[in-house]
Amino acid sequence: MKQKSTTKTTYQIPVGPIHPALKEPVHFEFEIDGERIVNANVKLGHVHRAVEWASRKRNPIQILYLAERICGICSFCHPGAFALSVEDAGDIEIPDRAEYLRVIHAELERICSHLLWAGVAAHEIGFDTVLYLTWQVREKALDLTEYLTGNRVTKAIMTIGGVRRDITDDMLPRVREDLEYFKKAFLKLKKAFLDDKTVKMRAQNVGILTKEDAIKLCAVGPTTRASGVKKDVRVDTSYFAYGDLDLDYITPDIITGSVNGDVYDRIIVRLLEVKQAVELIEQCLDIMPKGDIVSEPKLAKLLNQLKKIEGEGIGRMEAPRGEVYHYVKMDGNEAPFTWKVRAPTYSNILPWIPMLKGEQIADIPIVAASTDPCMSCTNRVGIVKDKDSYELTKEELHKLSIEKTRRLKL
Amino acid sequence: MSKDKRPNPEEIVKYFKDEFKTKIKHINIKKRPAGIKKKETYTIWMKIDKSIFKDIIKHLCNLQFPHLAVASGNDLGKTIELIYHFTLNSGKRMEEINLNISVELPKSKPEIETICDWIPGALITEREKMEMLGVKVIGIPDDSRCFIPYDFPEGVYPWRRDETGPEKFYKNLHEVKK
Repeated sequence: MKQKSTTKTTYQIPVGPIHPALKEPVHFEFEIDGERIVNANVKLGHVHRAVEWASRKRNPIQILYLAERICGICSFCHPGAFALSVEDAGDIEIPDRAEYLRVIHAELERICSHLLWAGVAAHEIGFDTVLYLTWQVREKALDLTEYLTGNRVTKAIMTIGGVRRDITDDMLPRVREDLEYFKKAFLKLKKAFLDDKTVKMRAQNVGILTKEDAIKLCAVGPTTRASGVKKDVRVDTSYFAYGDLDLDYITPDIITGSVNGDVYDRIIVRLLEVKQAVELIEQCLDIMPKGDIVSEPKLAKLLNQLKKIEGEGIGRMEAPRGEVYHYVKMDGNEAPFTWKVRAPTYSNILPWIPMLKGEQIADIPIVAASTDPCMSCTNRVGIVKDKDSYELTKEELHKLSIEKTRRLKL
Repeated sequence: MSKDKRPNPEEIVKYFKDEFKTKIKHINIKKRPAGIKKKETYTIWMKIDKSIFKDIIKHLCNLQFPHLAVASGNDLGKTIELIYHFTLNSGKRMEEINLNISVELPKSKPEIETICDWIPGALITEREKMEMLGVKVIGIPDDSRCFIPYDFPEGVYPWRRDETGPEKFYKNLHEVKK
């Protein structure tokens, strides 16, 4: 890392990689003048898992499940964007019902993710009762996810050409009942977050990202919308069934009448998006057509079809944190030639620097958390090899693995 | 064309074709419909000559400030292909256009100019291309590593498929013998 030259009045503090704000590793280097942050440097790459390299030995169906494991929270978005990119490369048509089911799952994931974030944000500013309140609501969302997909986290619902499980008519009452619960809970959370004096004191005029910076630094998702940039893949383009639905950009001026681009605005945007997600699911349930849920149910036939694809494709979708971008190049082999994953946090790293400059040390956790960063999404590529510190050989790893098995057996 | 204009895909293609003519090796527009109403999203794929790369970015920024999603890269054997994925026209319902600009660099001299002076948000993705593909980005404000650890050896590029690739670092755990 480059050492910044410091004058007598400033000093440097490292924060992380085990960080108080994030449950995932990221390393900050702050240049501090008294209590104020003068400059910030971000170091990434602590959780590289070489996911893109691993894809070179897998077929597209296997990659779906690999993509799902990029991030636990975005376990629909990554396989979703990957499926979109393969479908784009191979011009695969999707049944109408599947497009609607995909929207329902994507929006349910948004509810889970935003509520998780809201809880963490409350915890960062020492408001743990709200953490429990939001996570109680999130628990309900996870139960609904389990009811619809069979799993709480890695849902395994996406497939190329559609989805794997239908939402049948007898499931609808439970879904509608839960949606009503979310609506009521939303009002409670809105009051807890937006009308509270302490939250306002901690969040207003902190971590400001101006509209110009958001555009220049290519920020995405709620982070850029909270700065007043109208950018949302769901509204901007037509994918899944979003082209048929009624939705608009969520910017903080809907509630406050003005855009500050601070942490408070990012809270507003995410909370309103929870409400929007509930409404979108309702719209889907109302107008969803009957029919097939997947273009080719026979897996062997589908794989054969995928093997023949030659071309490039892109898949974009609006994940809870912003735009997920996947690029796939297929060259007529079983495994894709290239698969590039761009998670939203990747684009939201640079905006951290203007947000953190000029703030106090105590604001680092809430400002850093306000973009809802997801480091495991961002750090995927690369091979970690510690040269000097320690090196686990394959034999040692194997030995450790055996020892653990023995321990479990006792 | 003024900066506030929201060009449609045909206008964008014409704008670049008129300006750069034969230096654009290939350009096509792809439509992809979705949903019951079959509303379409447009994607422009453009392959350009390396010599006009910086000029294209300049013209693009003059047309409208684009959003750079990411740059992806392919090792094609003799050349390294970089694809810059832009989006234009966001902010209005279903008007966004994807623009993918592909440029090939010879492996003997994999160099490209930085676009950080036009689009500051390109920094992370350019740093990634440097460490992953061994592309030299000329004029980049910060050339330090981004994702790869600092003790990772020099001259090994994980996305390459030749002798500079990461093969020798693989540990095939399944080959363990008792």
